[in-house]
Amino acid sequence: MSTAPAHAADEVLLAFARAVRAAGVAVTADRERTWLEAAAAVDVGDQARTYWAGRATLCASPSDLERFDQVYAAWFGRQRATASSRRPSAPTVSVASLDASGEASGERDPEAVRAQANSAEVLRHRDVASLGPHERAHLATMFAQLKPRSPRRPAHRHTAAPRGLVDARRTLRGQLRRMGEPGPIQWRRRGTCPRRVVLLVDVSGSMSAYADSLLRLSHAFTATGQPVEVFTLGTRLTHVTRALHQRDAERALAACGDAVPDWAGGTRLAEGVRAFLDRWGRRGMARGAVVVVFSDGWERDSPMALGEQMRRLRALAHRVVWVNPHRGKPGYEPVQQGIVAALPHVDHFVAGHSMAAFEELVEVVGRA
Amino acid sequence: MEPREAFATADELAQRLAGTGYLADDSLATVAWLALRLERPLLLEGEPGTGKTALAEAVAAALDVPLIRLQCYEGIDSTQALYDWDFPRQILHLRAVEAVAGDGRRDVAAVEDELFDQRCLLARPVLRALRESPAVLLVDEVDRADDEFEAFLLEVLSTWQVTIPELGTVSAATPPVVVLTSNRTRELHDALKRRCLYHWIDHPGLRRELEIVHTRIPGVSETLAAQVVSAVQRLRSDHDLIKPPGVAETLDWARALQELGASELDLETAAASLGVAVKYREDAERVRAALERILA
Repeated sequence: MSTAPAHAADEVLLAFARAVRAAGVAVTADRERTWLEAAAAVDVGDQARTYWAGRATLCASPSDLERFDQVYAAWFGRQRATASSRRPSAPTVSVASLDASGEASGERDPEAVRAQANSAEVLRHRDVASLGPHERAHLATMFAQLKPRSPRRPAHRHTAAPRGLVDARRTLRGQLRRMGEPGPIQWRRRGTCPRRVVLLVDVSGSMSAYADSLLRLSHAFTATGQPVEVFTLGTRLTHVTRALHQRDAERALAACGDAVPDWAGGTRLAEGVRAFLDRWGRRGMARGAVVVVFSDGWERDSPMALGEQMRRLRALAHRVVWVNPHRGKPGYEPVQQGIVAALPHVDHFVAGHSMAAFEELVEVVGRA
Repeated sequence: MEPREAFATADELAQRLAGTGYLADDSLATVAWLALRLERPLLLEGEPGTGKTALAEAVAAALDVPLIRLQCYEGIDSTQALYDWDFPRQILHLRAVEAVAGDGRRDVAAVEDELFDQRCLLARPVLRALRESPAVLLVDEVDRADDEFEAFLLEVLSTWQVTIPELGTVSAATPPVVVLTSNRTRELHDALKRRCLYHWIDHPGLRRELEIVHTRIPGVSETLAAQVVSAVQRLRSDHDLIKPPGVAETLDWARALQELGASELDLETAAASLGVAVKYREDAERVRAALERILA
């Protein structure tokens, strides 16, 4: 098709709308009609106004604008110097591309997009410990997509509900408002409120490949604004909740790094859990909470001690979840003495080695 | 005059908007003019503080018609947007009828009709806009409302009429000018977008923003305005802020500095008044650390 003068103006304009549709913008028939009306209203001779009329009638979101501009440039042979390149972030974080060299030119190629989506899918299932620096950077952006839901517990107070107990007060108050006229009966039911989540992250040497991802996961939990407490376990116990309470994940991790004195050292799991229970847990933090322990179960001290501490923890907490990165690997058997001692006192034993496993974990915690 | 016929060209509209203190660039003027001409709702998206709501106010002022504002929020429903019956008033009416005509000779149907009369009708923004049209109806932050509410808006925006079962159909003689704004906290439904003309409002460039400051704050000194605007532009472009300041913040900042009696923006006054432009603690820290470079 060409823009030869033999074509009626409407035909050219309509063909342009079809081209915009072909470029991936959802141009429907009624939009085409509006576009023709708008173009007629602004006078087709006026290039700038026609351009703006097309943008307003054929596009529906910032991503459409870019496609529209490209088609416009190709169709009418003019490059519009348009508004700044800064576009809003979409409400959801887009799926990160794996290929670091994915330049702008290839991005709108549907094939390329599909390939990227696939590689992001692959990345979701890859073991975090086996990733290179580029992939790690992409994985970091994927944590923003995790939306942990905090578990709920029954609250003391009643709230309005479609059925349940008769809410006599509210029914009568409504009647008073209507000057004594009886109205529908109101019902009430006990509400729910968020249950506390406590994360104990093992940052010892054997877990160092996972520590970064696990702390990012912890940051995603704290970012929900629900009651979440985070501790790191190594040779000693460190409370890092405050360090993680920053919007920016990178800064939160940096602050966390400053706070933790024993990165990649040995593990004294039993000692750490005991310190947690004595200093925090028994005083209320673990009571009725969902406690998640991220560890591979390598224990320097005696496994019996760990078993005893886990029993204490289980007695206080609502649910105890043990996350072991190695569990997701083929051929894994829980044979480390620490794990063997701890397992009887654990409600859920889940994997924690990839993004997909983290998503499952978030589900498990949300439902606990 | 009908809004459709009010302006012959987009330039004319731009001039009239400028007369009310709103400087619309070429693109926005064209799209707004098209919305009037084609009688389509105008959907404005953009960062907070880029003048989406202000445009509706300016259009209302330029057309000299009332502005009716519907602020959306989570859980808004048609009784808050459309109409509601004034229940206490209906009860009061019944009691009054009882008291006056105790012998029961009154016609029951007539009394019932009186209950669902215009008197007992509470008109909410959408119904008011349809009745009082020509008017500008501003549906502010429509992304905050629920999906169901969008579907309801869709019905009104496509037919320009509302049916009240007890009273009949209310339709607008001339469709009101409708401006919807959204901050993109969620994606709006396609069906709603299809009814609308879409425009994305960007932060203005240096020159345009300077003009806006001078128009909105007449007494501001040349140097102060230039310094504030260039500082804000720099904040937007080279700092990764959680919430970059919008035009509204620029105006507030310039106004605040004027109130402080500052004739120019130096380190001290900037640090003291930073809270007017930057509203997050993390942002404030980041900006404070780089303040010298920003003002340079």
